[in-house]
Amino acid sequence: MSPMTSLSASQRLQAFANPARFMALSARLLAPLWVVSLGFLGVGLYYALFASPPDYQQGETVRIMYVHVPSAWLAMFGYSVMAMASAVALIFRHPLADLCAKSAAPIGAAFTFLALVTGALWGKPMWGAWWVWDARLTSVLILFFLYLGYMALWTAIEEPTRAARAAAVLALVGAINVPIIRYSVDWWNTLHQPASVFRMDGPTIAPEMLLPLALMAFGFTFLFVTLLLVRMRAEILRHRVRMLRLAQAAARAED
Amino acid sequence: MVEFFHMGGYAAYVWPVYALGLLVPLALAVQSLADYRRQLRLAEALEREAGGRVRRAAHKPDTEQGL
Repeated sequence: MSPMTSLSASQRLQAFANPARFMALSARLLAPLWVVSLGFLGVGLYYALFASPPDYQQGETVRIMYVHVPSAWLAMFGYSVMAMASAVALIFRHPLADLCAKSAAPIGAAFTFLALVTGALWGKPMWGAWWVWDARLTSVLILFFLYLGYMALWTAIEEPTRAARAAAVLALVGAINVPIIRYSVDWWNTLHQPASVFRMDGPTIAPEMLLPLALMAFGFTFLFVTLLLVRMRAEILRHRVRMLRLAQAAARAED
Repeated sequence: MVEFFHMGGYAAYVWPVYALGLLVPLALAVQSLADYRRQLRLAEALEREAGGRVRRAAHKPDTEQGL
């Protein structure tokens, strides 16, 4: 009946140990993580809005970058986390890997949405268009749909272990999109500007703009990790609720 | 001050970006925490309500679950 009966005794033991240890460890990490996330974001916002100069070409619209670029990084980081966790789940059957992938998806989707919308709000004044169907924008839109498809798959399949496997396969197939997004600005002609921070020859962005960008990026990254832990904890509890209900039903059937 | 809010004529683009940059993560955080609390309440209620019986049942090999 239960998905765990097919596992060996040692795997069952591991399944018990890891989530319990995870719950204890994450409970201790959460408060400092919230503080660090909000700290970076608070200082980052100050530099982004007040203590950094306007761009000599883009004027004040350069401040859009401090939200847009970290969101776009986190959009890809989130998918990478999801794909790696899915690979670990498929190969090693680690009990937390599926929960990690499932929990990363809505966070990644939210940052992808943020990257797309803030990109449109930057595109209009700088390019004269909210949207263009070029390689960078289109591949990020596909990333957004991959997230939505992944989440839909989890809800579409009733049985969690089967849902997890199908979703993991989708996440891995979709991972091909991540390097396409990264190199889209080099491989195709595009309106979107190329990388100016993570370059082989070092950053070309001005230092006074790199600082708010880095602060916001750290803030968003810590927030991502914080929310990932909160959601994974909720998933572990959801699993426990499901098991308690199954046990309740089994006990009732015995009466 | 007025100049700051004016954003060099780009207020209509810059401020919505910051509003969304705050609202989207905030909404996600609120939803994540609410879901966590809901699952915690459910799990505690089930454990309480069931008392010892479900716990005994849950420890039988057939229904033993790790998480």
